[in-house]
Amino acid sequence: MIEMKEVYKKYSNGVTAANGIDVNIQQGEFVYVVGPSGAGKSTFIKMMYREEKPTKGSIMINGINLATLRPSKVPLLRRNIGVVFQDFKLLPTLNVYENVAFALEVIEEQPKYIKKRVMETLDLVGLKHKARMLPTELSGGEQQRVSIARSIVNAPKLVIADEPTGNLDPETSWEIMNIFEEINTRGTTIVMATHNKEIVNTIKHRVIAIESGKIVRDQMRGDYGYES
Amino acid sequence: MKARTIRRHMKESVKNLGRNGWMTFASVSAVTVTLILVGVFLVIMMNLNKVADSIEDDVEIRVHIDIAATKEDQAALEEQIKGLSKVESVTFSAKEEELDNLIASLGEEGEVFNLFEQDNPLNDVFIVKAKNPTDTMNVAKQIDEFEYTTKVKYGQGSVEKLFSFLSVSRNVGLVLIVGLLFTAMFLISNTIKITIIARRREIEIMRLVGATNSFIRWPFFLEGLMLGVLGSVIPIAMISVLYSKAHDYIAPRLEGNFIQILDVNPFIFQVAGILVIMGAFIGIWGSLMSVRKFLKI
Repeated sequence: MIEMKEVYKKYSNGVTAANGIDVNIQQGEFVYVVGPSGAGKSTFIKMMYREEKPTKGSIMINGINLATLRPSKVPLLRRNIGVVFQDFKLLPTLNVYENVAFALEVIEEQPKYIKKRVMETLDLVGLKHKARMLPTELSGGEQQRVSIARSIVNAPKLVIADEPTGNLDPETSWEIMNIFEEINTRGTTIVMATHNKEIVNTIKHRVIAIESGKIVRDQMRGDYGYES
Repeated sequence: MKARTIRRHMKESVKNLGRNGWMTFASVSAVTVTLILVGVFLVIMMNLNKVADSIEDDVEIRVHIDIAATKEDQAALEEQIKGLSKVESVTFSAKEEELDNLIASLGEEGEVFNLFEQDNPLNDVFIVKAKNPTDTMNVAKQIDEFEYTTKVKYGQGSVEKLFSFLSVSRNVGLVLIVGLLFTAMFLISNTIKITIIARRREIEIMRLVGATNSFIRWPFFLEGLMLGVLGSVIPIAMISVLYSKAHDYIAPRLEGNFIQILDVNPFIFQVAGILVIMGAFIGIWGSLMSVRKFLKI
């Protein structure tokens, strides 16, 4: 489903964040992306949802080449990709329900469908009973669950997560991982950049290690491989 | 676009205007101040134009006909003048008529000229109007070349000065109005930029979940429109009231004079229309300018 060929990314300030990346990720896979800070993990991930454009090479997602995708088509691409961040990125003035519904409203879904779909998704992340609460009234773990709900509410085939447990305590991190596992077992591909050694070493999945903009290791059921 | 979407955009933009109350106030004030200035200039300029037109319309060429000219010569001269492409009308005024006019214009003191009725020293005159008043000088020059004309008068010197004064003041007014409009747009785009920074995250998330740029832009477009239209309310009210009052004061004093100012109706409605459109335009432009850089992909 994701196929990168000879991908280079050089920023205008001269930093090379991707230095010839070749990778293939199948539908339904769960992939950890690991590596030291500044190695190019974020760029690798951002190129997948076309937040960054490669300087050279091709990135195919579900048969669409992101390197040549017209800017006007980017919104359509994003409707098939869910993105989760370390800092949740929730809207503080909207309640839990509204934050999740927001993702469907702005792509002009039917109100009936929105209602049904948002409640289903909140049920999946275990927050149905807190639908009317504001993000500030929730714990960090709960906020991240809202953010995950928002990313999967329009049933994307791919979910990209950039350090989703980076701001959470270990116990909460496990809860969040369980949700990602659940989403993955339903067939959604997950690509997750992480620094959490314990998680990577316990819940075994494919590990891609990036250093200086290159893939230095690509292992099925791999280990974290760095001292944390 | 679906009706539901339009409703959503409307709701969003009203909500945002309320949420950013002070910024809304600042933007509306910027529009208000600008439009008051623009409106005042507009009123002055359009009236100046009207006055200029009435003065220009009053400019005429008086062609004194040689006493030696026969009726046929006169008719030939008239045809010649009418043949000039820039001439609009030629009117004949006999010397008796000229004398009556002169006596009338001098009032009581004119009565002494009654003595001349037996032996009129004046000439017959053709009164010529140019199609475009600014062509008066050229037309006069051409007529001067024709036979059987003794003097060609059009207020030499003062007419030229008047025309150049009018054209300079029109241009100055135009430059001032354009300058004011740009200042207002700049002010608005800056005030709205501040409100957008507060909504950065919202835009970021919209883009992340696949909202199209035009969907993101709509509420901003509507906000700009509302800011502009709100900003035009006070200027329109103020100018309508002040102009009606000014008109009531000035118009009677110009009675019987060839100079006129514009009637309240339809003039203030035209000005109101122009101000609303300008307000809407600067609001929309300012708003879209500031959202633009957040939509770059």
